[in-house]
Amino acid sequence: MASSNDCDPLPADVLPVGVKVLVAGGFGVGKTTFVNALSEIEPLSTEEMLTAVSAATDRLDGVENKATTTVALDFGRITLSPSHVLYLFGTPGQERFWFMWDELSEGALGAVVLADTRRLEHSFAAVDFFERRGIPFVVAVNEFDGAHRYRGEEVRTALDLRQEVPVVLCDARVQKSGTRVLLDLVQHLITTRSSHGSDTDQPTVRA
Amino acid sequence: MTPVLPDGPQLDEAAGRLVRPYTVSDGRTRATSHFTLVTTVRATGAQTQGVFGLEHAQVLALCEQPVSVAEVAARMQVPAAVVKVLLSDLAEGGAVVAGDTRPASTGHSAQPDRDLLEAIRDGLLKRL
Repeated sequence: MASSNDCDPLPADVLPVGVKVLVAGGFGVGKTTFVNALSEIEPLSTEEMLTAVSAATDRLDGVENKATTTVALDFGRITLSPSHVLYLFGTPGQERFWFMWDELSEGALGAVVLADTRRLEHSFAAVDFFERRGIPFVVAVNEFDGAHRYRGEEVRTALDLRQEVPVVLCDARVQKSGTRVLLDLVQHLITTRSSHGSDTDQPTVRA
Repeated sequence: MTPVLPDGPQLDEAAGRLVRPYTVSDGRTRATSHFTLVTTVRATGAQTQGVFGLEHAQVLALCEQPVSVAEVAARMQVPAAVVKVLLSDLAEGGAVVAGDTRPASTGHSAQPDRDLLEAIRDGLLKRL
């Protein structure tokens, strides 16, 4: 085994930066389809340990009420450039997994909340979660075959969304359609960033 | 005649993993370096220092090319927390380098920088 001095490790800064986008929405709303259509690899699943805060009723006396639990996360990959890779993580859809969205959303750029107009109420929880945590998101209405076509504004009203939250229509099966949703999210992030004046060299002008 | 169980193999093609995941990391669940699911890692090819086991070798083999922590975990079929510990060992030994781990987040605290957002937007535009 020869080791030569001229094969020093390359500096870490040549490695691409990974960014995380969450794909949320109720069970059966098309999250997996959305990730599958966009991912350049066959979507993978990894197990992550997340903190579960059990409800008081579950707690036995003297037992720590925080525990870790393992949840399977499906994810896909989109290589955007040699220096940027975007990962899409599907959030667990069942209600009993909502508690772990906090950890999932840590470090996330933002979220796509998929909505099915036949079952809009299934996306309430996701909308509520991201609003409360101040995590930027777009609502993407997955236009299922046979579903009544609603206008974005109708969906906005039904979900009681703030005016700045983009509502877009999409077909979760189609890659370009999904890409447009991600573009809408990134544009929303850029706009929000500018309007909030978060740059240090750009002080907020407010009376 | 009692069949004798072999000492060595920890993996069995049919049965899968024969040891509990956290045995692999000696029961450690806290990674000593900060790795997230989307941190990019790559083997350096450098001679490693320290004592590494079979699982470390598997991690190294999986990150010959730049790859995310999540992908390594998925391909090894062990929880990401375990892979983070293994990667920390390898990084400390100089066998692995990790990419930028500064949080790109808007989630919870700092906003991502504009350059990052614009790079992502441009990358997405090319895919339309």
